[in-house]
Amino acid sequence: MEMREKILTYIEKNSRVDLRDLAVMLDMDEAIVANEMAAMEAEHIICGYHTLIDWEKTSIEKVNALIEVRVTPQRGRGFDSVAERVYNYPEVNAVYLISGGYDLLVTLEGKTLREVAQFVSDKLSTLDSVLSTKTNFILKKYKDHGTVIAKPQNDERMLVSL
Amino acid sequence: MRNPLSERITDIPFSGIRKFFDIAAEMKDVISLGVGEPDFDTPWHIRDEGIYALEKGRTAYTSNAGLKELKIEIAKYLKRRFEVTYDYEKEMMITVGGSEAIDMALRAMLNPGDEVLIPQPSYVSYMPCTVLANGTPVIINLKEENDFRLTAQELEEAITPKTKILVLPFPNNPTGAIMERRDLEAVAKVVIEHDLYVISDEIYAELTYLDEHVTIASLPGMRERTVLINGFSKAYSMTGWRLGYACAPEEILEQMLKIHQYAIMCAPTNSQYAAVEAVRNGDEDVKKMREEYNGRRRYLVKRLRDMGLNCFEPYGAFYAFPCIKQFHMTSDEFATRMLQEEKVVVVPGTAFGECGEGFLRISYAYSLSKLKEALDRMEGFIEKIK
Repeated sequence: MEMREKILTYIEKNSRVDLRDLAVMLDMDEAIVANEMAAMEAEHIICGYHTLIDWEKTSIEKVNALIEVRVTPQRGRGFDSVAERVYNYPEVNAVYLISGGYDLLVTLEGKTLREVAQFVSDKLSTLDSVLSTKTNFILKKYKDHGTVIAKPQNDERMLVSL
Repeated sequence: MRNPLSERITDIPFSGIRKFFDIAAEMKDVISLGVGEPDFDTPWHIRDEGIYALEKGRTAYTSNAGLKELKIEIAKYLKRRFEVTYDYEKEMMITVGGSEAIDMALRAMLNPGDEVLIPQPSYVSYMPCTVLANGTPVIINLKEENDFRLTAQELEEAITPKTKILVLPFPNNPTGAIMERRDLEAVAKVVIEHDLYVISDEIYAELTYLDEHVTIASLPGMRERTVLINGFSKAYSMTGWRLGYACAPEEILEQMLKIHQYAIMCAPTNSQYAAVEAVRNGDEDVKKMREEYNGRRRYLVKRLRDMGLNCFEPYGAFYAFPCIKQFHMTSDEFATRMLQEEKVVVVPGTAFGECGEGFLRISYAYSLSKLKEALDRMEGFIEKIK
């Protein structure tokens, strides 16, 4: 595996790993790992370091929605300009261009149902190139970013075995 | 009342880890580095096949030797991975873990008084199984200065006219030692010269971190005198499915099969169906797990050396075997104190043979964060006793 691929594969799941430990595990020089990571940040290959939170276990209310959006692509710019209009809203979490029955998949986070509804009706639907929207509310997250969040894993092995 | 027990059984001691298990089970916040099985769950696509097999009602016995479909896949796998060819109909059987295969092989081959060479430190079952099969175990003490590999000279020195079998436990539990091709070639030469047989326990074959594992059965002249034992437990994280296999010349295998038929009947059917998926489509899972183990291995060995412990480079399995002789304690005392004072479980080297004295088996079948916390505690303990 390429050096970068090794680093990325590891930190994708363990972004908080100590650089020194990472270097030991990958059998690389610590300075080289640090340089590569800095370079990949500059090149925007590494776009951020996030925390996976199960908000349901907190007292904080969050409402998440997946919105299917059909749009009219613009001459010369395709879907990019309408995508940009959508992703600039801070309440929008993700925007993907999708093949199939609709064009953009927009994920959204709001505090309340009403807030999400208002965003869709006031902001998203009123954009010129938006033809239609279909809002799906997320009822429960079982797995996110490759991690099962519905139930924590316990180590069920015996404490000692030969 | 008469004594209900067989002396041959009562003469065999219990394994040395029961004490640790009992102490640890009573304590809170114990971190264990004492486990001899993977921490990964069985990959889902394999479990999924197990579930499907149950849904389809595949709940009957399979043939004694095991599911034909599975044996065909294993034969392909052994060819693909280790360059050995076996006739799946006559030279292969599916067993209840590698453990059963060890037992069957010894029972099928030994006559009273035959000597079995057992290199130690090694897995705990070879000696009792030899005794139960009427054989005489002869221990070869492996040395740290040889990276716990078996040398031709050590082998040569242990051979007597009664020697019949050499057990070859590599990649090794507990040391993490491997045998490279040239090491095996030297051993094979002696084996052939003295007309010995080899029981090669290669359950950790997929977990090597230097070059690809070499099976002694692939060396010239060795296939006809080797019982090759492997299984699904370590490579695919399938310990609880209890599934292994043995490959051997027909003459040996059919006698092993006879014992298996009377004692076991067949390996668990459900596990066999799941294993078909493992061996057919599991290479990528194995690769990923191996990468992950390798990272932890480097981390563990570095931490141990940073603590001032002498630790030879373990290129196989998922154990490190550091030396603690500098502290003037037995392995047992060290492990007991560390458990009581720092709540970290490791296994004393002596659980795997007397020559394990002065060493500890530390497993890295744990997440990095678990490893880290346990090693921090161990570091504190070492600071204290220095």
